[in-house]
Amino acid sequence: MLCQECQTRQAALHFTKIINGKKAEMHLCDECARNKGEQIPGSNSYSIHELLSGLLNVEQVSGNNGFKTQETEEPKQPVCRGCGLTYERFAKTGRFGCAQCYQAFETKLDPILKRVHSGNYRHSGKIPKRTGGNIKVQREMEQLREDLRSRVEQEEFEEAARLRDYIRELEKKMHSGEEDA
Amino acid sequence: MSLQRFISEAISPWMKNEPGPDSDIVLSTRIRLARNMEQYPFPVFASQETAEAVLHHTAREFSSIRMQAGSSLERLNMDDFTLNEKRVLVEKHLISPYLAERSQFGAVMLSPDESVSIMLNEEDHIRMQSLFRGFQLSEGLDFSNKLDDWTEEKITYAFDEKRGYLTSCPTNVGTGMRASVMMHLPALVMTRQLNRILPAIHQLGLVVRGIYGEGSEAQGNLFQISNQMTLGKSEEDIVEDLQGVVTQIIRQERMARDALMRSSRTYMEDKVFRSFGILKNSRIMESKEATERLSDVRLGIDLDLIKGISGNILNELMILTQSGFLQQYAKKELRADERDMRRASLIRERMELEKESGE
Repeated sequence: MLCQECQTRQAALHFTKIINGKKAEMHLCDECARNKGEQIPGSNSYSIHELLSGLLNVEQVSGNNGFKTQETEEPKQPVCRGCGLTYERFAKTGRFGCAQCYQAFETKLDPILKRVHSGNYRHSGKIPKRTGGNIKVQREMEQLREDLRSRVEQEEFEEAARLRDYIRELEKKMHSGEEDA
Repeated sequence: MSLQRFISEAISPWMKNEPGPDSDIVLSTRIRLARNMEQYPFPVFASQETAEAVLHHTAREFSSIRMQAGSSLERLNMDDFTLNEKRVLVEKHLISPYLAERSQFGAVMLSPDESVSIMLNEEDHIRMQSLFRGFQLSEGLDFSNKLDDWTEEKITYAFDEKRGYLTSCPTNVGTGMRASVMMHLPALVMTRQLNRILPAIHQLGLVVRGIYGEGSEAQGNLFQISNQMTLGKSEEDIVEDLQGVVTQIIRQERMARDALMRSSRTYMEDKVFRSFGILKNSRIMESKEATERLSDVRLGIDLDLIKGISGNILNELMILTQSGFLQQYAKKELRADERDMRRASLIRERMELEKESGE
């Protein structure tokens, strides 16, 4: 299909526009679309970071009723002690400055991460072997306790008892490990 | 000048390995891990001094790693390369555009077969990628985990119990893992089924891109499918989900190929051999046409219509006919029309070569 604007190039963009209830079919080539200022849905005219900073800014704008008070007032926004990055700069660039930024902006992160990761905000993947030793055992314990609860609920008492003993054993091991260290 | 080979050979040695599972449709599998060190600011906002210290620290540790047969990694500093040489490394997928264009004290450590590439001072301190032929997600994850465990013995990662591996960009935090599979899907494109499949893929938290990653257009019916989400799911689950979807797409592509061959064999043969003839004879070849024709020929090889030519021809010529490579061969900057002529002659030469070794 040819572009309805220039009638020379192949149309690459097909969409239906609805303005004030009126429907209009559009078939444009890339160039005419750009000239007409049509935003191509899903196209990369925006980088992921620009999109992301859009998400990050929503909260800021709505937080102060859209008034520009940032420059005149003493900034109340969080600042990372590790690298000096302000939340504002983070929101603008979509990048953290260092590992400590995650702590500095902690209170604001859950909604952002949920938006980016389909509702998830908590890591449940790999844990570093050398430095994450305790976290690993703790997470394993959590998982075991969860299993135990569901076994009890389902009245699978034999299996539940086995799990309980295993958890006790692990707890004992953990405590003796702490004493050694 | 051993480093020269990284930019003079279009096809990485690992691509000459055994084709791997499902290689009629899946060209390669890639796993990438993003990691940062606890004690330094992330590269994006880091000072020159910090970036230099990070490079020294990481490169020193990685220099002691030993790959298969005891070989070590070779280090390529971005500052030692010309713009075009860096472009070549990007075209070979050995480094990212970011490392080539925007890093300070950026470097890459490469295994001799180029299947392992560790970028230093990219957006994150460390980006490790490993590449495999064909469809090998779980093998890829195994290998990446080993490489990661080895590294973690030496380097203390920025890790948080709640957020996982901390990265410069919130889109990578958690596992820091991007698993991707490069697929050749000509039949799904021809039968217009792909447009129906793509929205479903997006809904599953996966993303489809062209061969040069984020923002690149699909060329030659090649599509890169990878996980979008890095937080909230384990590495194994992410890989399993991707595995499931890719398996489905492979099945659909095979069915579409069979259906096309049954219903329109002559048209298929015509398409394949027409492209074959054009590649063997043309004198001017634009990049877009080249990738389309190469896709047809590759399909012809996979359908057993064209015999005696290696299936690698698509991967190889796709890379070899990119502008960076063409200019590297010419040893000078080329205008667009000059590139089109050189591209045509390069493809003809390569086809001739196949004929000699094939017969």
